Amino acid sequence: MSSGNGSLNPSTIDRIVEERLSDRLPKNIVEEIKQALKRFQLTEESLEKIINEVEREAQANMVEPGEPVGVVAAQSIGEPSTQMTLRTFHYAGVRELNVTLGLPRLIELVDAKKVPSTPLTYVYLKPEYSKDREMAVKIAQRIELTKVVNVTLRIDIDFLSNAMVLTLDADMLKDKGVDVDDVIKALQKSIKKAKITQSSENPYQIVIEFEEAIDPTQVEKIREKILQTRIKGVKGINKVIIQRRGDEYVLVCEGSNLVELLQFEEIDHRRIRTNNIKEIEAVLGIEAARAALIEEILNVLEEQGLDVDIRHVMLVADMMTRTGTVKAIGRHGVVGMKSSPLARAAFEVTVKNLVDAAVRGEVDELLGVAENVIVGSYIPVGTAKTRVVYNPYMKE
Amino acid sequence: MPSRKKITGDLSQKILEHELVPKHEVLSIEEGMRILKEYGVKPEQLPWLRASDPVAKAIGAKPGDIVRIIRKSPTGGEIVVYRYVVPG
Repeated sequence: MSSGNGSLNPSTIDRIVEERLSDRLPKNIVEEIKQALKRFQLTEESLEKIINEVEREAQANMVEPGEPVGVVAAQSIGEPSTQMTLRTFHYAGVRELNVTLGLPRLIELVDAKKVPSTPLTYVYLKPEYSKDREMAVKIAQRIELTKVVNVTLRIDIDFLSNAMVLTLDADMLKDKGVDVDDVIKALQKSIKKAKITQSSENPYQIVIEFEEAIDPTQVEKIREKILQTRIKGVKGINKVIIQRRGDEYVLVCEGSNLVELLQFEEIDHRRIRTNNIKEIEAVLGIEAARAALIEEILNVLEEQGLDVDIRHVMLVADMMTRTGTVKAIGRHGVVGMKSSPLARAAFEVTVKNLVDAAVRGEVDELLGVAENVIVGSYIPVGTAKTRVVYNPYMKE
Repeated sequence: MPSRKKITGDLSQKILEHELVPKHEVLSIEEGMRILKEYGVKPEQLPWLRASDPVAKAIGAKPGDIVRIIRKSPTGGEIVVYRYVVPG
């Protein structure tokens, strides 16, 4: 085919498409149209036809005013979720780590639980550290919470010399990257009124000599205090596993503590992730929580092989984050905030809601779907949403 | 376990750079009025942003402000939304 006379050059196509569509269509769709149109030789006339067709199609695909998007979203997520319950594997083992998946995880997310049942943090390292396994191991050792109990083989109490003797595990010390001196230093900070020394007979033994006589009834308490002393690491990060992803090493941590982890120079603060939505809300803000919520819900659904459109999930996340904090879907959260007492009564704890509404003298404006079903009138959806009001003062 | 440590200076800068955090900016009063008129809503009908929100603190948004948020959206490329800053 010969390029006809009067065909437009690509930059003119770009300009015309931008002018006509950019305020009506989302940015990436406009870009897509531009890319597609550049491949053809177009005259002004044919471009005009295409743009008109695009506009018509966009109009036809737009959500119309009064469309019950919430009901559609509820059904679109609800129906696939019923299939999830029948499949029993809700845990996925990543070697030593267990991650809650499937229906229990979905419930956890929409209930806006404070701490997920399996909190996880994915720590990415800055490019200059992420390629080197040695470096990754070093950082992992620094952030992993290590207590005295993790490196101790046994603990003995010697009432004769008024001392406690700790026997350390040489293999564990090496694995965790600490030495006997570190343990002694940590103990000196937490145990007062005692002399802490390395045993002369066995280099892996630590002797804690108390100044006051050990009270036999307090032994358990003292023992617990010694064992729970932190040697190093970040509070809340209980286990760190190093995984290789593509060409970099990623630290997968059991537990989460964003505030502390963000302080580390080696950690890429742009990419650190946790599955604890409430913590993201507290540290990174409500918009980040919304984004994380969408991602997590989609991951759960996708992992189960369920194809739910992202728009439905976005609506759920938008409702949950509307008030600036993450609210659960339920009578304590989104539903509980409905202004209509009948709609609340129709959801859960009917009698309590009706009695409370009566005591407070609440008025139901009958603006929602549930309350109109109860009173038996048309539901305000689609064409029934419009109202006609007569204004006697309006001038001609 | 979320730590109660304060989020200050250096850290608040890191927060703004995180990939989950979209761009936030405080609108001027005139611009805010224009947006409200365009949408035909009262400010409290917009989604809220708490004044205690770490991002609100980092950009210095005070209760009563309207914040423009430019999200990266998988469906629409770039989407602009607004939040109304409320106390709390």
